[in-house]
Amino acid sequence: MSQSYDRGTVESFGRWREFSAGMWAWILHKFTGWILVGYLFTHIAVLSTSTQGAETYTATLQGLEALLIVRFLEIGLLAVAVFHILNGIRLLFVDLGLGLTAQDKSFYASLLLTAAITVASIPTFLGGAL
Amino acid sequence: MSTQIEEQRETEEEVETEPETESPGERRRAVKRERAAQREQEVETALDEAEETVELKVFRYDPEVADKEEPRFDSFTVPYHKGMTVLDALIYARDVYDSSLTFRHSCRQAVCGSDALFVNGRQRLGCKTQMGDLEWPVRIEPLPHQDVVKDLVVDMEHFYEQMHAVEPYFDPDETPDGELEEQRQTPENREKIKLSTRCIWCGACMSSCNIAAGDNKYLGPAAINKAYRFAMDEREGESRKEERLRIVEQEHGVWRCQTQFSCTEVCPKDIPLTEHIQELKREAIKSNLKFW
Ligand code: HEM
Ligand code: SF4
Ligand code: FES
Repeated sequence: MSQSYDRGTVESFGRWREFSAGMWAWILHKFTGWILVGYLFTHIAVLSTSTQGAETYTATLQGLEALLIVRFLEIGLLAVAVFHILNGIRLLFVDLGLGLTAQDKSFYASLLLTAAITVASIPTFLGGAL
Repeated sequence: MSTQIEEQRETEEEVETEPETESPGERRRAVKRERAAQREQEVETALDEAEETVELKVFRYDPEVADKEEPRFDSFTVPYHKGMTVLDALIYARDVYDSSLTFRHSCRQAVCGSDALFVNGRQRLGCKTQMGDLEWPVRIEPLPHQDVVKDLVVDMEHFYEQMHAVEPYFDPDETPDGELEEQRQTPENREKIKLSTRCIWCGACMSSCNIAAGDNKYLGPAAINKAYRFAMDEREGESRKEERLRIVEQEHGVWRCQTQFSCTEVCPKDIPLTEHIQELKREAIKSNLKFW
């Protein structure tokens, strides 16, 4: 509804401080979903270098993997994907009406599991780079 | 409650007579002055005597009063006692400090649904929220996402419109033959809709919903819950249920819900709103998907 004046923090995004589990899950799910779509395009761009021949493709990949920032981005991508999948499964349960009273706990569990898997992946992604 | 004692004292004062020589106007003003002075005294003693005092920061706004056109927060210090609710504190502030402080209330027992407020950043019923459970100072604002009429009073018209949009009345396909015959419901079916019948139309859920904030046409949790209450009532019959599902599955109906659970968390009657919305989504799909 349109307000005739500015209610400041009440209406604005300052309300993020009052966000609860379900709201954070929603924001993060959108965010990670769109990051994944973005990655899809990058992914296609990188893969399509193989149409230029095997050497170009190998060189592109080796060049990218030699960059430390790419290694870190890969860790980020994994975190984003894992969270999206875990929370996606949580949302499927929510849609089926199962375990609704534990919706906040399952969100926290998704976060924790994402963190654990991400940390465990670090040696693999940074292996040989440092 | 402290507020009631306050009122009694006031009436006693009013009975006192004044010297006859003055004009009625003067007399009234004198009484007022005296009462104001006395009250100030009383407030001071009350604040001194109280073991604890609590500060309220209350949103003030009144487009019809020059110095309240700009929204602001006023502070009130009220004596705290165990069991004091946010509504008690507001009533104290209004009765003792500023009689123009405006808010809705009636039953004081979470039944009438008049006093849903935004207290410390969350939709709560004033009369059902203990001051002792809150962080102090307590910040009290009108419900977000509704137009403010004055101080803590918001315009509920839109909320009521959405409630009426789902045809919130019992409307069975068939009525019994005898005019006064009861329409019995199975205990199981009663259990199923029990929680959904508890809505007190306070509007807290609608105010907490991000989707309702962005889409003014969204029916909102309370209206959908109301639709659930009747759609799930087996006594109404299949044909009426189908009609009800057509209402909730429209563009601004159940599918707007993004399962953020904010409504479920703020509902003072603990109605599992998200659960009911989700169930109506599934019912709507089931009634549309027919493979035979
Ligand atoms: C096993 C893998 C995945 C699962 C279980 C999953 C699950 C979900 C679910 C349940 C939703 C709907 C959320 C809602 O109810 O609002 C969703 C939304 C979405 N997903 Fe996924 N997803 C997966 C993989 C992906 C991938 C690989 C991409 C990107 C290429 C992606 C992009 C998106 C986007 C963009 C949205 C919509 C976000 C929005 O509403 O704005 N997802 N996902
Ligand atoms: S569903 Fe709950 S929060 Fe919403 S109007 Fe009814 S009682 Fe208030
Ligand atoms: S005063 Fe009636 S619900 Fe609070």
